[in-house]
Amino acid sequence: MNWLRNLMLGGVLALAMVVPAAAKETGLVFVSSEKDNAVHVLDGKTLEVVKRIGTAARPRHLQFDPARTRIFVACGDGDAIDIIDIATLQLTDRITGIDDPELFDFSADGGTLFISLEDDAKLGILDLATYFRERESKPDLDVAEPSDEPLSEEEDEEEGNENEEEGGEEAGVAGLTTIEVGAEPEGILANPDGRTVYVSSEVANLVHVVDLASGSIRANILVGQRPRRFALTPDGRELWVSNELAASVSIIDVASNTVSATLRLEPPRGLRVEDVTPVGITMTADGRTAVIAMGRANHVAFVDVAARQVADLVLVGNRAWNATLNRDGSLLYVANGLSDDMTVIDMERRRAVRSVPVGRVPHTVLIDD
Amino acid sequence: MTDLTRLLAAGLLAVLGLALPVTVAWADELVIGHLEMKGDRDYRRSRTFAAFLNQPLGRPHAGGEVALGEVKWHGAATGTEFALDRQRARQDELVATAEAMLARGVHFIILDLPAPEIASVSGALAGRDVLLFNIRAAADSLRGADCQPNLLHIAPSDAMRADAVGQFLALRRWREVLVLVGPLAADRAMAAAFRRSAARYGLKIEDERAFVLSNDPRQRELNNPLLLTQGSDHDVIFVADSDGEFARNLNYRMVDPRPLVGTEGLAGLAWHWSWSRHGAPQLENRFQDQEGRPMRDPDWAAWLAVKAVATAVQRTQSEVFVTLRDHLLSAELVLDGFKGNRLSFRPWDNQLRQPMLLATHNHVVARAPVEGFLHRTNNLDTLGIDAPETACRMTR
Repeated sequence: MNWLRNLMLGGVLALAMVVPAAAKETGLVFVSSEKDNAVHVLDGKTLEVVKRIGTAARPRHLQFDPARTRIFVACGDGDAIDIIDIATLQLTDRITGIDDPELFDFSADGGTLFISLEDDAKLGILDLATYFRERESKPDLDVAEPSDEPLSEEEDEEEGNENEEEGGEEAGVAGLTTIEVGAEPEGILANPDGRTVYVSSEVANLVHVVDLASGSIRANILVGQRPRRFALTPDGRELWVSNELAASVSIIDVASNTVSATLRLEPPRGLRVEDVTPVGITMTADGRTAVIAMGRANHVAFVDVAARQVADLVLVGNRAWNATLNRDGSLLYVANGLSDDMTVIDMERRRAVRSVPVGRVPHTVLIDD
Repeated sequence: MTDLTRLLAAGLLAVLGLALPVTVAWADELVIGHLEMKGDRDYRRSRTFAAFLNQPLGRPHAGGEVALGEVKWHGAATGTEFALDRQRARQDELVATAEAMLARGVHFIILDLPAPEIASVSGALAGRDVLLFNIRAAADSLRGADCQPNLLHIAPSDAMRADAVGQFLALRRWREVLVLVGPLAADRAMAAAFRRSAARYGLKIEDERAFVLSNDPRQRELNNPLLLTQGSDHDVIFVADSDGEFARNLNYRMVDPRPLVGTEGLAGLAWHWSWSRHGAPQLENRFQDQEGRPMRDPDWAAWLAVKAVATAVQRTQSEVFVTLRDHLLSAELVLDGFKGNRLSFRPWDNQLRQPMLLATHNHVVARAPVEGFLHRTNNLDTLGIDAPETACRMTR
């Protein structure tokens, strides 16, 4: 009896320690900067940088864990996924040995990380509990210099002999399994149903539909040239994929795993179709509007999902790559990779309201609201 | 396992419905030919060792091999597997070797050959069901008077290389140019291409002087860098040297401190190992991991030739030659050359439109079309021979 009470008490205590941090919404805005090797933290109101959190080299994709207490950061040249604690704004942990991670997604329960392993042409499936339980030790949390020469350049030299690379992440990383996909996997989306993960291959022009139960590929869907990112409609019925070189979005019918429509993104006035290089894509919570960052066309397109038509274009900075909505869907934050700034768009008026500098080559924005 | 047992096993699997949904139980092999010439001087060790700025560092077959690794999934729907058939033949046996490939059912052949041999092979195969890929020769004549409907040019032309340089000089306002031209036909072709670019972009050719590669004091007017570069008031020197040895010796030995462009100093290239955008480093890494050397223009072109065929199979879901050829020649074609733009072949001369990299030995200074140079339909067509000026007369 006693031991049971102790256990319960311990559980309650543990919960009590976690909950306050989870409930706290800071209003902070987080932006990864590929060339600064840092995540910049901005005050949500003033949009001024209040903190710089150094990371492993070339931080790109950012994502909250499902509890929204931590931010995971894919550090491509650092071969790591860094973990930032939101309450303390500190780099608190690191998953190492992940070869050139580009994008990732969490399983609905937060226990698994799905990672596109660009150089290996594989989908990585990382069981986080196994990883943290079985890894040899917590790594040093060295951060890369804030320059464009990543530390990993030197490390690459050292591991130049093939044998070490052969050992790779599969042998070395606890809890990691992989599935072979087309070359240069990029976009990753875990279907909330927990059964399926979608992976886009930039080189194979395919969306792989990965069945998690069997660990095999259920379907390969041919989409446009250089497919990049995904967005799922809130009803789970349509998967939208941006095709960077085809200036289009493929709309996949999830039930049949076929392309049901292709939305061509016409160039904004004065630009050419070759300038339209869509990458970032996101959906409003009501599923009515898709927002697509048009890359070199320097605009964000607002697409009427039902009508499959571009309703509005908003001018932003240079090479708009990723766009993130805040929680109530009132504001859109666009990272402009080649003008080193971020544009904030009022979603109701569909107008750019602010543009602020955010470090060199901003990649992804997260809003903790 | 013999072919027969494999076929039986595959058939059995298919009958039992055990075939994997992704990989088709048995695969057709689509073979892409790759034709090389014995004793090709561009691959002599003395030349590859010199690592001239715009010349190969080894046989470009390697580029095709890397592409094979990338197209494993392109044939998933049609059950197509891609393979390369590499043949090396003496100069006088090239046509017969290509004919033998056709007889084996090969309809796509990569030509790793100099310009005259490309002209003879493509001429001999005129009207046949074959598409040939020029991955090396820059000669404008191959895209002009000697053009062939069955010959696609992935290698950029002399005109494209010169236009890239010309645009850059116009941007920098380095308008006065001394042109030095070597004794070879390819040198004269390069100089002619630059004269055309100069007229196009408002550059002034101060003087054009012939050089020879020699130490003969009786020819000092032609071989001495000081004598060759004195008495001219210019901003830059354009050196047209398809061999490369003279141009290499010229740099820093001129009378006035003026940059060198063309063959040395700054060159317009299809590919450069240092290009860091558009996914280029991933390709460069794959190539270097395999070959242990940087990728050069012909390597990239051989890579793209295989990618083009695979892309056509994927997009048309067909293995029928005519269907694939029509797709490759159509305006619908979207090729990804890892240089940012979507690429396709110009209908008037079968030249691949593509961005050019203006590079030194270790850095890409600019990508052409340089900002501000616009074209009425596609800015990539500011580089090279445009439809109204083509000398190519063909119906394709």
